[in-house]
Amino acid sequence: MLEINNLHVKLEEEDKVILRGVDLKVEAGSVHAIMGPNGSGKSTLSYVLAGRDGYTVTEGSAKLEGAELLEMEPEERAAAGLFLAFQYPVEIPGVGNMTFLRTAMNAQRKARGQDELSAGDFLKLVREKAKALKIDADMMKRPVNVGFSGGEKKRNEILQMAMLEPRMCILDETDSGLDVDAMKLVSDGVNALRDAGRAFLVITHYQRLLDHIHPDVVHIMANGRIVKTGGPELALEVEKNGYADILSEVV
Amino acid sequence: MAVAQAKQDTLEARIAGLSFPNEGWQAPARFDALERLGAMGMPGRRDEYWRYTHPSSLTSPEPLPAPVFVDTAETMVFDAIDRLKLVFVDGVFDAEASDDLALSGVEIDLLSQAQSDIHWARDIYGVLEARGQTPVQRPLAALGTAFSTEGVLIRATAKAAKPIALVYVHKSDTSDVILHNCIRVEAGAEVTVLESGPAAARFTKVMEVDVAEGGRFHHIRAQGPDQDRRAATHIFARLAEEALFKSFTLTANGVMTRNEAVLELVGDDCVAHVAGAAVGDGMFHHDDTVFITHEGQRCESRQVFKKVLKNGATGVFQGKILVKPGAQKTDGYQISQSLLLDEDSQFLAKPELEIYADDVKCSHGSTSGAIDDTALFYLRSRGVPLKQAQSLMVLAFLAEAISEIEDEGIAEDIRQRLEDWLASHEH
Ligand SMILES: Nc1ncnc2c1ncn2[C@@H]1O[C@H](COP(=O)(O)OP(=O)(O)OP(=O)(O)O)[C@@H](O)[C@H]1O
Ligand SMILES: [Mg+2]
Repeated sequence: MLEINNLHVKLEEEDKVILRGVDLKVEAGSVHAIMGPNGSGKSTLSYVLAGRDGYTVTEGSAKLEGAELLEMEPEERAAAGLFLAFQYPVEIPGVGNMTFLRTAMNAQRKARGQDELSAGDFLKLVREKAKALKIDADMMKRPVNVGFSGGEKKRNEILQMAMLEPRMCILDETDSGLDVDAMKLVSDGVNALRDAGRAFLVITHYQRLLDHIHPDVVHIMANGRIVKTGGPELALEVEKNGYADILSEVV
Repeated sequence: MAVAQAKQDTLEARIAGLSFPNEGWQAPARFDALERLGAMGMPGRRDEYWRYTHPSSLTSPEPLPAPVFVDTAETMVFDAIDRLKLVFVDGVFDAEASDDLALSGVEIDLLSQAQSDIHWARDIYGVLEARGQTPVQRPLAALGTAFSTEGVLIRATAKAAKPIALVYVHKSDTSDVILHNCIRVEAGAEVTVLESGPAAARFTKVMEVDVAEGGRFHHIRAQGPDQDRRAATHIFARLAEEALFKSFTLTANGVMTRNEAVLELVGDDCVAHVAGAAVGDGMFHHDDTVFITHEGQRCESRQVFKKVLKNGATGVFQGKILVKPGAQKTDGYQISQSLLLDEDSQFLAKPELEIYADDVKCSHGSTSGAIDDTALFYLRSRGVPLKQAQSLMVLAFLAEAISEIEDEGIAEDIRQRLEDWLASHEH
């Protein structure tokens, strides 16, 4: 599904290197988790995959189902099936949540040569998905993320994912800021989407989330690289001992 | 002295080719206006409120030609609204294209046909304009009183059955049109006036609005979409106790637009809102100049002006709130903002507060900025193409001004109009 090879990234404005040769392969139907110390480059990797400005790729490639992501505009990546749940979801005053979702859905459908969803079908779908995530109708009427609590913002990200049905879902610390019940809701939302044609890359600091969303593979990122890859037990090890042992091992 | 002389010379040249209508009840008001005009001359570049806007194309003897803009694809603004329609072609009333001047709740006359010696409009015509000449001179408004060739006189005596729509059609490349409308909203009455269309190559217009106790007046205007038209418009309004006045203007395109609004909140507990949304691409100069005087107590005024500028367009805002002694509990709000889509465009703002009462709440703010890149990326990451994402952000930026329109159907019509404009300018 997603294949990243030797990805090197630096900041556009300054000569600061952030990713130093990331290699990662996520197969369709699987869930991969990335853990790693603060500042190791996890969010940067997700932004670069989604196409955010401000970074320069100096080497390497990132392919989604064989197509080179790094050559596409952000909206093309989305239409190709990539989705990033932001670590810090963005507030957009003046743009209604519903308008936003509907515009996004129809834009993606159009890019894929599908018909627009009728207003009625769209409404029905949103109501159903929002209800599952306990997002009330009132929140849907408000501008995108404006005045949402931290946890509401994260749930809103998952709602967007559930509506857009992307094939490659990247979740950047979606668990942070969620209370215990919300964590369950969000995990259920993610698990409901798991299927053979879809893959997940879950960035997290905590085992808690992985108790709900069981990963097939766990990666440790440090200093701009994937330094260790293992099974679910790797996350438990981090939870227990922190990163010191793993990092000393690889250096 | 030399400056004053130049302004006089400009005035003489400006009115040399105009005929002075001096019949009926309007004659004294026209003579008075001519006298005011003679004392002021035409606006000059050094005048305090003409620093940001060059008046010469508005004061020249002849208008610069403005080719008629052919725009077949778009549906016309307000077409979907149930309204009484009055059409003016280059300033001349077109009876064929217009509805009958009959509507329940209002009396409607044409200025050119209301020539008897007595008319209710005599108490308003040129009267509010004259009041609005201090402390800031507005010679183009006096010109509009002295030399107007046509206009509409609307008197609402109850709640008007539907909006009255003034449609200004532009057919001649060189038309130079001066119109003057008067509106009287009687106590407890309510009327909505819609205005649309480019009107002429050059359009000089005055609208005087007198709202009596508890009367409600709504004004929604769409200027454009001609590229080369020029316009200098004035609204003078006087509000009695508990009166309401709401004016919104959408401006799309236009090489030169100067919109002045002079509002007097005379009675206690009245509400006056004036708002504008302007979108300009390229050769676009748009100036909102507003003066709000609070005299009554517990009155509320709001000014909300938003401009989206690109490819070298210029936006100007000069807005003043004057709170007179005794106007306690005044609530004045003013915001002017521009969204600059590139570095060639500019926004010039001059917000002013002058307050002579101690128990008032007044705020003003002015900002200029670019589209929020993070928000743009967020939209694109969800699959919204760049141009469409920009349009969404532009509409979001303008939303506060559009929300000043009370009637949801009309607001939606304006939104649709804007979306069309944005779609046709997505390049
Ligand atoms: N735009 C930027 N300007 C300056 N430094 C940046 C920028 N973006 C990222 N960095 C730096 O790059 C490094 C990696 O940041 P990144 O956000 O990718 O870390 P992370 O692994 O997601 O951390 P966390 O676990 O705290 O979310 C950090 O040192 C960060 O300060
Ligand atoms: Mg991060």
